Amino acid sequence: MGFVNHLPTRRELLVGSGALFAWSQMPRIARAEGRDPRLLVIVLRGALDGLGAVAPVGDSDWISLRGDRALVLDGKTPALPLDAFFALNPAMPNLHRLYKTGKAAIVHATATPYRERSHFDGQDVLESGLVKPGMTNSGWLNRALLALESGGRVDPRGSRALGIGSVTPLVVRGSAPVMTWVPQKLLPASEDTQNRLLDLYRHTDPKLATVLQARMKLASLGGAPGTGDPMSDDPTLAPGIARVRAYFAEAAGTAARYLAKPDGPRVGAMGFVGWDTHIAEGAAAGQLYNLLGALDGAFAAIESNMGEAWRETVVAVVTEFGRTARINGTQGTDHGTGTVAFLIGGALAGGRVIADWPGLKPAQLFEDRDLKPTTDLRAVLKGLLRDHLRVEEKVLADAVFPGSADVRPMGGLVG
Amino acid sequence: MSNSARAEAVLALHRFGMGPRPGSIAALGSDPRGALIAELDRPLVLTAAASLPSSAKAYRTVADANARRTARAKQAQQQAKKQQTASAPVMSEEQTQTQGPAQGQEKDGAEMAAKQAAEAVPDPGRPMYLQEAKLRTEAALGADIGFAERLVWFWSNHFCVSAYKIQSMSGAYEREAVRANALGHFVDLLQAVEGHPAMLFYLDNLGSMGANSIAGINRSRGLNENIAREIMELHTLGVRTGYSQNDVIGFANVLTGWTLVPPGDNPEHGGEFIFNPRLHEPGGQTVLGKRYEQEDAEQGRAVLRDLAAHPATATHVATKLARHFVADEPPPALVAQMAKTFRDTEGDLKQVAIALVSSDEAWRGPPSKLKRPGEWVVGMVRATGIREVDPTRFTGGQDLLGEGLWRPSAPKGYPDDEASWIDGVGRRLDIANNFAERVAATADPQAIIKDVFASEIAPEVKQAVGRAESRQQALALLFMSADFLRR
Repeated sequence: MGFVNHLPTRRELLVGSGALFAWSQMPRIARAEGRDPRLLVIVLRGALDGLGAVAPVGDSDWISLRGDRALVLDGKTPALPLDAFFALNPAMPNLHRLYKTGKAAIVHATATPYRERSHFDGQDVLESGLVKPGMTNSGWLNRALLALESGGRVDPRGSRALGIGSVTPLVVRGSAPVMTWVPQKLLPASEDTQNRLLDLYRHTDPKLATVLQARMKLASLGGAPGTGDPMSDDPTLAPGIARVRAYFAEAAGTAARYLAKPDGPRVGAMGFVGWDTHIAEGAAAGQLYNLLGALDGAFAAIESNMGEAWRETVVAVVTEFGRTARINGTQGTDHGTGTVAFLIGGALAGGRVIADWPGLKPAQLFEDRDLKPTTDLRAVLKGLLRDHLRVEEKVLADAVFPGSADVRPMGGLVG
Repeated sequence: MSNSARAEAVLALHRFGMGPRPGSIAALGSDPRGALIAELDRPLVLTAAASLPSSAKAYRTVADANARRTARAKQAQQQAKKQQTASAPVMSEEQTQTQGPAQGQEKDGAEMAAKQAAEAVPDPGRPMYLQEAKLRTEAALGADIGFAERLVWFWSNHFCVSAYKIQSMSGAYEREAVRANALGHFVDLLQAVEGHPAMLFYLDNLGSMGANSIAGINRSRGLNENIAREIMELHTLGVRTGYSQNDVIGFANVLTGWTLVPPGDNPEHGGEFIFNPRLHEPGGQTVLGKRYEQEDAEQGRAVLRDLAAHPATATHVATKLARHFVADEPPPALVAQMAKTFRDTEGDLKQVAIALVSSDEAWRGPPSKLKRPGEWVVGMVRATGIREVDPTRFTGGQDLLGEGLWRPSAPKGYPDDEASWIDGVGRRLDIANNFAERVAATADPQAIIKDVFASEIAPEVKQAVGRAESRQQALALLFMSADFLRR
């Protein structure tokens, strides 16, 4: 079969645990212009706390909202200034560097049209591109690809599905031919999943709670469970931030290597889990800080593995919704609405935070709890699809994001 | 269907079956006990296994491959040596003395060639193991309830062999000896397993010979007590039930000559059971105070018959069954009832199983048993409605969870108590997380709670599932919940 030469090596299969890519043909119109654009969509599942990632340090209500959990410029781990108003989580120096060189932009106070707070439904809306959940089994990225005629000379893989595994992100599912690659080894259960399970056990089965807690303690000490047995270096074991970092970087880096190949795919999608920070969010040091650091490492890996193709690359990092503006009773945040999207890549016209800032006073919050969304995420995505991949505006409004005619594509995102 | 009937159906599937799957609770109807008993009337045959080799054939195939491997290795070694000799320059005596390392290299080269030649002959044992594993696991996935399959698993573990030692036969052994008799009389099951070549191989009886047997006299080798001891200690009476070292020796003498046809000698019957009189200790033997004067294999069969009928065996078996299905410390009344049924029916295992599920004691809650890794994994797969498995993945997962299929570390088989397994729960989370990711696109956690569990699940679990950040996480939490781990 045609894809044999392109099968990932064992090493690549090993490192990519949990990541998913899908890709399809080269956009013909863009090619006709002598361009060869790449688009990678990264879905952060679990709902990223936008305020913990990009803090409105210039907002006078910021400190009163988050108290000593607020990221600040003169904190113990000082936030990285973006402009006079916003500062970036200190875990993300790569993103900061890209931003400073105009190769990254941040959209703040953004959301899909979904206004409830269920992860599954929220991800469904985010990925399907429809205004309501559960209405279709195809994703906006796939439908965008359908609209793009192939420029020929495409990798034969683009026209066949490769079903190594069973999970394809909804955003790329659909009738446009897609190849998915599902690595064999999977990410160990995240710290968040372990914490939730521990909480569940505490309420239902104290014995199991004791055991799980012991294991988590062991992992946090850096010892792999079952040290001394032949499986102890198995990457499916011993969760820990070092593994997550390595996993994010290598998974994203692998995606970039494929996108960079002259005969490789041009569009990909993948997902990272773990962002549902209900307990001990730790934006400045802790859970969220660690995850954002891992994501920042993934950005660096993409940049470096894209090589020459970096200048024609856009990476859109999106999440299903944001989190509560205030800290909850367990030093975390609950499901919210407005959040951030990260855009990086050599093709971006970046160096700015795009936000119609809603303010943080109680009356300015959505339902007196969440950052109010003022930018429709679809406008951002439509802007990228139109200006980077050259999907026609009418197609975007009718087929890719149905019912979004009144959501104008955001211009000027791509340089 | 009433709430209590639904709850009893869920318990029936977890405790006595392979776990609920879509539609199974409705299928159990209003009489879960009756449904469990009805399942025991269906044939336990693995029809799909008709194409698999018998244990003897499997054994011959592996033995043939081993012989070919040895031949290729010898050939390659000789060839390598010949070439080296031909190309080696003529050396003086002094040079030869100082050429130690070079000679070493020559030797290494020949060994390397031998090793490579040997490795070029594929090992047929592993594909057979995997194929057997696939069919066995899919039988568990395909069973309506899985009570009968659980009994096969129980008896297979009670009468375990190890694929570490005898991979080729491990799956076929279970089919031929255990599955075929799991719902019959204990004595027939006992005769089938102890006379099976896989067991005789596993417990070292192939070369065991009486001191006064022809082979014993000629070769000055002798008795191996292993199988005799394990049969009494593990398979029948139970440890510390009154048998002595002399009983072990007497019984071991009885079993001398129980061996298999050497595969190299007989391409048609190699690997089959044979009683070899040349190994057998002549004359009568005493076991547990009774004299056995029979000739040949009948002597062993007679001892096995008496062991099967011994009251200690009834108690031992009833206790193990009740411990496996109901609780680490099973209710004494339940054990007594099952042991009585065993004695009253001459060890009719179907009746014993019926006695188990007919006792109210067996249905008491709360569910305290920690599922063993194998039943837990199968339960997880069943919940999603999947009917087929990749045996490499499945057996790999079982190895990781410490319950490698047909690979217990000792003849005692895998333990059945919580203390042995609970520390492995963390590893289960990795497996659950892994599985959840693979099925997240098609398996809806809410639908599983509703359709598979009929919502008979703790409110805390429902809440955790509802609040999960992704389907994968929701599924992992569901599979790892106490409702799923315990029965």
